[in-house]
Amino acid sequence: MSITLTERAARHVGNFIDKRGKGFGIRLGVKTSGCSGMAYKLEFVDQALDDDLVFDSHGVKVVIDRKSLAYLNGTELDYVREGLNEGFKFNNPNAKNQCGCGESFNV
Amino acid sequence: MALLQIAEPGQSAMPHKHRLAVGIDLGTTNSLVATVRNGIAVCLTDEQGRALLPSLVHYRDNDIELGFDAMNARVSDPRNTIVSVKRFMGRGLADVAHIEAMPYIFEETPGMLRLRTAQGSKSPVEISAEILRVLRKRAEASLGGELTGAVVTVPAYFDDAQRQATRDAARLAGLHVLRLLNEPTAAAVAYGLDNTSEGVYAVFDLGGGTFDLSILKLTRGVFEVLATNGDTALGGDDFDHRLYCWALDHARIAPPSAEDARRLQMAARAVKELLTVSEEAPFRLRLDSGEEVDLTVTRTDFFEMTRPLVQKTLVPVKRALRDAGLSPRDVKGVVMVGGATRMPHIQRTVAEYFGQEPLTNLDPDKVVALGAAMQANALAGNRREDDQWLLLDVIPLSLGLETMGGLSEKIIPRNATLPVARAQEFTTFKDGQTAMSFHIVQGERELVSDCRSLARFELRGIPPMAAGAARIRVTFQVDADGLLSVSALETSTGVEASIHVKPSYGLTDDEIAAMLRSGLENADGDQAARALREQRVEAERILEACTQALAADGDLLDEAERTAIDALIARLRKLTAGHDAATLSEGVNTLSRATEDFAARRMNRTLRSALTGHNIDEL
Ligand SMILES: Nc1ncnc2c1ncn2[C@@H]1O[C@H](COP(=O)(O)OP(=O)(O)OP(=O)(O)O)[C@@H](O)[C@H]1O
Ligand SMILES: [Mg+2]
Repeated sequence: MSITLTERAARHVGNFIDKRGKGFGIRLGVKTSGCSGMAYKLEFVDQALDDDLVFDSHGVKVVIDRKSLAYLNGTELDYVREGLNEGFKFNNPNAKNQCGCGESFNV
Repeated sequence: MALLQIAEPGQSAMPHKHRLAVGIDLGTTNSLVATVRNGIAVCLTDEQGRALLPSLVHYRDNDIELGFDAMNARVSDPRNTIVSVKRFMGRGLADVAHIEAMPYIFEETPGMLRLRTAQGSKSPVEISAEILRVLRKRAEASLGGELTGAVVTVPAYFDDAQRQATRDAARLAGLHVLRLLNEPTAAAVAYGLDNTSEGVYAVFDLGGGTFDLSILKLTRGVFEVLATNGDTALGGDDFDHRLYCWALDHARIAPPSAEDARRLQMAARAVKELLTVSEEAPFRLRLDSGEEVDLTVTRTDFFEMTRPLVQKTLVPVKRALRDAGLSPRDVKGVVMVGGATRMPHIQRTVAEYFGQEPLTNLDPDKVVALGAAMQANALAGNRREDDQWLLLDVIPLSLGLETMGGLSEKIIPRNATLPVARAQEFTTFKDGQTAMSFHIVQGERELVSDCRSLARFELRGIPPMAAGAARIRVTFQVDADGLLSVSALETSTGVEASIHVKPSYGLTDDEIAAMLRSGLENADGDQAARALREQRVEAERILEACTQALAADGDLLDEAERTAIDALIARLRKLTAGHDAATLSEGVNTLSRATEDFAARRMNRTLRSALTGHNIDEL
């Protein structure tokens, strides 16, 4: 079971944590958002919790809780640029239909 | 598609519920927009990667050119190309210096001047709104959604009329203004001074055309502007001009044509900027006249020829310190703002004067926008719990009432912390007096005629009493943006009158409403339609998701639950045909809430099936 970052995503995360001045790594997760299914969660982590699993990807600590892992296993987090917009994108093999927005999905 | 940003722990927003907030530096020469992304304040750039947007608006017969696109029009169509519109905000003709030298056709209207352009008469508020609109669109394209709000910066010395004009321009551009913030305060915020340090700071802002010096005092998250001073005709442009004159002297060429003069000026600016990073720079170009300029400027030459300009910046510095009753040693840090503070001899002079190295590690063009973005992010509620800071500004000029003899009675003194309310009692001075008129003024001077008139209003219906018997309580209230409302109450009878001070610059609420409406008639400004469109998409998305979820896992619901959800689905279907974004949004939220439990049950089922066949150690 694993979660990975593309090299580009890892570079950006590392950079953001440096500029933020502190941080253990990043947390990927899902939360339910009504019927529309699951929403992705992407946060800085200052401290991992007991229930968390921690992966290492290109030198970045990726933290995820067990429940979320079932939905995100195999996910690759990428950093992309689309026109003026830029940010992270979940490439999640478990997602059946992504809402066009990229923020939520169904399994 | 909304790309995700990293949120602070526990702060990630629900999908489609991001609170996108920006900071905007609406500058005389250049404007910028910034936001906090992945925890870091960054300026947003245009398609060509440029963060600065020249504050230039060119009105053509049928359209508008803006920013870099309008640069050439300054020479080819000066009358319709508005530069430095910030100088006109909230100002009448009499307030603006050197108006006779400007290429515009001005119109005198009560309060604020207007300019006649190829597209008719335009107020400075409308012109500024064009710049803000471009920045708003840039931000929306960059952040992938509609903005929740913006913090817009203003010079610390801006009075009520200028602040109100700025706020109106932002509204007109379709921005929700979270706060107007003083530029030097924003710069201090960008340097993190707000949460680390107490003490007195100087903000040294040398831009393209203006120099502003502010002395700020920080105590427990409150920024107080102790003094501001400056020179509205001193900036990087003057350094260009010195180089230009030097080149004319040394190149032995005939007096240049207007076109050649502009070329030489642009070359001078490039040379100036190059000398910031290298010891010498070539001043080389071929003119239209066929003549050639081929010179080399050393840093030493440049420093020598511009020394008087550098010395000139110290004059407002000294005055501001004197006003604040401080010496250079009392200043704990000096924040450098404005592109022209990159010049090494400016930095050296400031360092010598204050006896310490100034803060220069942030980009001086960007610090104001970055600080505004940080403030916007906090106001929009995106900061983590343990890091809530409150930033308070103070009122820049005293607010008062005209009293007998044309004197100003100060009700709220300058430097009172915002928001603030102060009341004072007045009485009638004639027997049987039934009305009283109030004249609200702003400024430090004693004589009303030396202060700025903000508004007048009347309290009528005071019962006839002996002179001095009525008790009239006048309350001044200033909100967090520094905007004022005043009310008067006769306490024995409860008769009351009040006014929101729309400073007397000529734009009434109706006019603003009309301007907003006409803005909305332009397709892209049509926010209501856009909100509806977005809510429809949202509704369709959730309907689709629910239908699928019910088909897959409908057995998880009992009959009553199923009926309730079906009813909400039917209701939302009906609402999508309607035209009211707010009801539609409410319908989406209701359905979403009602299905939360169902979603959780589905999640558990999936989880169980995902776990089947694995043992927990594998996880
Ligand atoms: N590397 C540099 N070296 C010297 N001067 C520079 C450099 N970069 C920019 N400048 C100068 O900075 C000035 C523009 O500064 P800035 O963008 O801060 O102005 P502004 O804030 O819009 O103007 P104002 O304060 O008058 O409203 C120009 O004169 C430009 O030549
Ligand atoms: Mg400026």
